[in-house]
Amino acid sequence: MGTFIDRILGREKSSAKQAKERLKLVLIHDRTDLNPGTLETLKDELIDVISRHVDINPATVNIKMTQDGRQQRLIADIPLNPAGRRRSRKNV
Amino acid sequence: MNDKVFTITSGKGGVGKTTATANLATALAVDGKRVVCIDADIGLRNLDVVLGLENRIVYDLVDVVEGRCRLRQAMIRDKRLPNLFLIPAAQTRDKTAVSPSDMVRLIDELRRESDWILIDSPAGIERGFRNAIAPADVVVVITNPEISAVRDADRIIGLIEAEEKGPARLVLNRIRPEMVKRDDMLSPDDVLELLAVELIGIVPEDDQVILSTNRGVPIVLDGKSKAGQAFRNIASRLEGQKVPFLELESSNGFFGRISRMMGAGGD
Repeated sequence: MGTFIDRILGREKSSAKQAKERLKLVLIHDRTDLNPGTLETLKDELIDVISRHVDINPATVNIKMTQDGRQQRLIADIPLNPAGRRRSRKNV
Repeated sequence: MNDKVFTITSGKGGVGKTTATANLATALAVDGKRVVCIDADIGLRNLDVVLGLENRIVYDLVDVVEGRCRLRQAMIRDKRLPNLFLIPAAQTRDKTAVSPSDMVRLIDELRRESDWILIDSPAGIERGFRNAIAPADVVVVITNPEISAVRDADRIIGLIEAEEKGPARLVLNRIRPEMVKRDDMLSPDDVLELLAVELIGIVPEDDQVILSTNRGVPIVLDGKSKAGQAFRNIASRLEGQKVPFLELESSNGFFGRISRMMGAGGD
């Protein structure tokens, strides 16, 4: 348990903030039946499928869960590498 | 047809369903409406003691459903308000003694002779909850600003939508403004952001509620209590009036923001 001083110095999050953040994650799981592990697998497979058709850098891919009202949304932000700088295919 | 059958539910136990039901029913009856409240918590009845009517029970909900008495015989008239009635739950039976269709039939019979019907749901998501929401026009979910209560409220709101009884309305009970101010308690803003449903009331923590329950006299009858005022405001909102949210903080504080957010005005 931190003190008030810790909190105002930004050394510890308030308990209300912690509760809210924990609830956000728990509610995603409760509402979608997706646990963090499944979400990771889903990300990897998505990147895999997309890479087969377009050139992307997996490190820049951002896939996250958001809340829109009472609906959960999976948002994928996938920057495409420019065609000019496309790497040559290994097995051609 | 106007909405007149309201079920009060929560998922988690102990967040204030029975207290809310007793107080909203009493507040609506004070306004001169004919109100019937029903304890759907078969086997764990408590609406009778909160209303101070425990010594008057002869017949109960299960007696009506099983045909041992007429509906009118199970309606206990309140001691103070002649237009307020209670149909108590059976204490020695369980939730399977009544089905959702029994509840729909019983409430349909009551609709003709009542302005308002309030149903006190049991905690949980099983048969008792389904019985309680089956006849509802509107389902009111009550929660506390605690992680477990909010989580269960979210689950129950999802189930209400799945049963096509949504959108649910929310009452936030037992808020402690001084703790919210110190960032030691989830604020109404936080809870609303997470649950994303319409808020119809914020009830502050109030020691007087315990005294009023001890006496079997609903807190709305105490003109000085803040919780009583909050419940009276919720009753007015159910009646369709635009009532600003209680000013428990300065208008720049979160309650002011909530008031403005809900379009009810800050003061």
